[in-house]
Amino acid sequence: MSDPVFKLVTGNRLHDGKVIYFAGAGIWTPTIAEARLVEERDSAALLAEAQAGPPPHPAVAPTLIETTRDGERVVPVTLRERIRAGGPTITYSGG
Amino acid sequence: MYRYDEFDRKFLEERVAQYRDQVRRRLAGQLSEDEFRSLRLMNGLYLQLHAYMLRISIPYGTLSSAQLRGLAHVARRWDKGYGHFTTRQNIQYHWIRLEDTPDILAHLATVQLHGIQTSGNSFRNITTDPFAGVAADEIEDPRPYGEIVRQWSALHPEFSFLPRKFKIVLNAASDDRAAVKIHDLGLNLRRNEKGELGFEVLVGGGLGRTPILAQTVRDFVPRREVLAYITACLRVYNQYGRRDNLFKSRVKILVQSLGIEKYRQEVEAEYAAMGAERDELDLPDDVVAAMQAQFAPPSYPDTNGDAELNQALAAEPDFARWVKYNVKPHKAVGHAIVVISLKQPGRITGDCSASQMELLAELADRLSFGEIRITHDQNMVLPHVRKAALYDLWLRLGAADLATPNIGLASDIICCPGMDYCSLATARSIPISHALATNLAKREEEIGPLQIKISGCINACGHHHVGHIGILGLEKNGAESYQITIGGSDNAQAALGGIVGPAVPAHEVAATVDRLIDTYLRFRRPGEQFPDTYRRVGLAPFKEALYVAR
Amino acid sequence: MLLDRNGSFRPDPWRHLADDEVPASGEAVTITFKRWQAEPEHWVDRTGPLGLRLPNDVPPASFGPAATRFALIVLNFPRFIDGRAYTQARLLRGRFGFKGELRAGGNVLRDQLLFMVRCGFDSFEVDAERARAEDWPQAFREFDQFYQPAADHRETILRQRLRGWQAAAE
Repeated sequence: MSDPVFKLVTGNRLHDGKVIYFAGAGIWTPTIAEARLVEERDSAALLAEAQAGPPPHPAVAPTLIETTRDGERVVPVTLRERIRAGGPTITYSGG
Repeated sequence: MYRYDEFDRKFLEERVAQYRDQVRRRLAGQLSEDEFRSLRLMNGLYLQLHAYMLRISIPYGTLSSAQLRGLAHVARRWDKGYGHFTTRQNIQYHWIRLEDTPDILAHLATVQLHGIQTSGNSFRNITTDPFAGVAADEIEDPRPYGEIVRQWSALHPEFSFLPRKFKIVLNAASDDRAAVKIHDLGLNLRRNEKGELGFEVLVGGGLGRTPILAQTVRDFVPRREVLAYITACLRVYNQYGRRDNLFKSRVKILVQSLGIEKYRQEVEAEYAAMGAERDELDLPDDVVAAMQAQFAPPSYPDTNGDAELNQALAAEPDFARWVKYNVKPHKAVGHAIVVISLKQPGRITGDCSASQMELLAELADRLSFGEIRITHDQNMVLPHVRKAALYDLWLRLGAADLATPNIGLASDIICCPGMDYCSLATARSIPISHALATNLAKREEEIGPLQIKISGCINACGHHHVGHIGILGLEKNGAESYQITIGGSDNAQAALGGIVGPAVPAHEVAATVDRLIDTYLRFRRPGEQFPDTYRRVGLAPFKEALYVAR
Repeated sequence: MLLDRNGSFRPDPWRHLADDEVPASGEAVTITFKRWQAEPEHWVDRTGPLGLRLPNDVPPASFGPAATRFALIVLNFPRFIDGRAYTQARLLRGRFGFKGELRAGGNVLRDQLLFMVRCGFDSFEVDAERARAEDWPQAFREFDQFYQPAADHRETILRQRLRGWQAAAE
């Protein structure tokens, strides 16, 4: 049986580009575990809620993405979104 | 090197002020992201996976030590202590905050650097041979012309909203170290039968989804007419380039769909109709001479240095190895061109720390008349080093991980940032580069010259189409999948590689590349580099080697 | 509402005719390119200023010679990133000697105004409320020096340098 798939909304923070997730009630967080997860049928409404608000909107390009849940952990389905959540898989090692 | 005068400085100040206001309006909500995107791109600011990314132009790949220190300062103060040199002789910072960018650009303006037109649908950085001015095989230094074209193209009011980006390259050498044929417009400096200087003008090169090599539009444009002629080429593109499909809007598509004959006719017709405008764009000899004076070679000391050098070569095999691969002949007696490898296995291709930049600035001051270059292979160059100083230089570079003796060898890989950083990517590229570099370093001298190029998506910023071995990272059923091409080349015998088998998962790339290299080694004749062997024996033996292994 | 290159706002005195509308005698009207192409002779003798709305995919060479018949030409930026009208403007002003009013319509935004002026535009169709709130006239003053020649015939940086060198040599 495959894991149930949820949707959440992510974007980049306007002023510094940091990856952020919509937690509901107008709140955006860099911590994916705090993101508001919904089922597919509620995802359009979630996106609308995330996009609402007067300019300047705190998030650039809010987008729905698919995730699964692994216990407490929220794990995005695509590698790209896992990299956004966790950072580059190889970071610069100084010099 | 070109030194800004009061006009250039004022221009940059005005640009910084304009941009600062645009950022203010964006953060205040007066500009939408849609409206702001073009504006920030015209100053080199992207939004990537993890943060904003700022791309700073290094015109024709030449930096002064002061500029390099300025770049190091940006890395330290506003990024994570390093920068990334790209395949277009630019530098990128991957951890930038939008709110810091006006201050960053203001700081860089004090050292004559900016991000103007490093993105957006207009002219991009003007690139050239990293050995310009010091190579024995060039007619004359192409960089004065590069600076003239750069100024002419800066905030060009007619051509700031082209269908797509437009990349101009200059070359003045018989070799092609600038990948001329993969650019939208190439200017090859040459002489006609009367010995007059001018340019062969090529248009329509580019990689990406539809890789195409540039074709000659005119064999010879007299030097003083070159800006007018380029204007004609651009005007035809601005009017007729496709705007309905992002993937079909480069000039290469226009040239391909019209055919070179028709494109040429349109350009020549436009050129003929330009009339008085040609006079406005005329480039007289005294203007060129004044620009050339800015790039006058340094006063090289009378020196030989062979004795010291030969002694060190005999005494230290590691030094000898570094000289063999990383040091190139210079046109001035007693001097050498030193290529600084940013490709130590285990490091990220093209990345350079602030400390390394500061060291290189110091070494440039002491040993290279304050000048340093960036290559399109993501390495750096000290262009004027006395042979007698090479050993000491090697020791200093080695202490900072900048002396890997691998220029032109298998571990001297071109690699884009890929899906670890870039929002356009479909797969990661850096781990592949690491795996290959580590695996091949042991036998790279035996293999000899080999150019491996890796792109993390079809946009081909890693130039994989023109790698001897090219690797393109794609996505298949949610997993990373790598398509391999062979036989490409970006020099004077430019060619596009051919696909050699089905795409493979990440863990099979190193072994697959090994088999391709083994095949090359098996078939090669003395003196043949990979593309030569490929051209002689064809794709079949390579395909078979992969098929058999499967 | 129009914004002029000198920074002032004014209402648009022209009426922009749909293809089936008939102008009053003496009225300042613009017609579509399509309409003019269909019946050019019809418009030659009318009294009253005549203007044309030119689509941005009409090659200037095909229209240019007729441009001088019009007192106003309106060029179009369907999206601000579509820069074909810059070339149209440049050539209408330069090569084809258009002396009338050249106006930018469509998706005209503050940060393109200076490029437009340099290409020969005189006036701009704008959202007045936004343009006032964001001080669009200031955009015309953001740069005062330019590297390349354009339709505004401003002395380029190069020419100024040349003058400077000559003066220094004397």
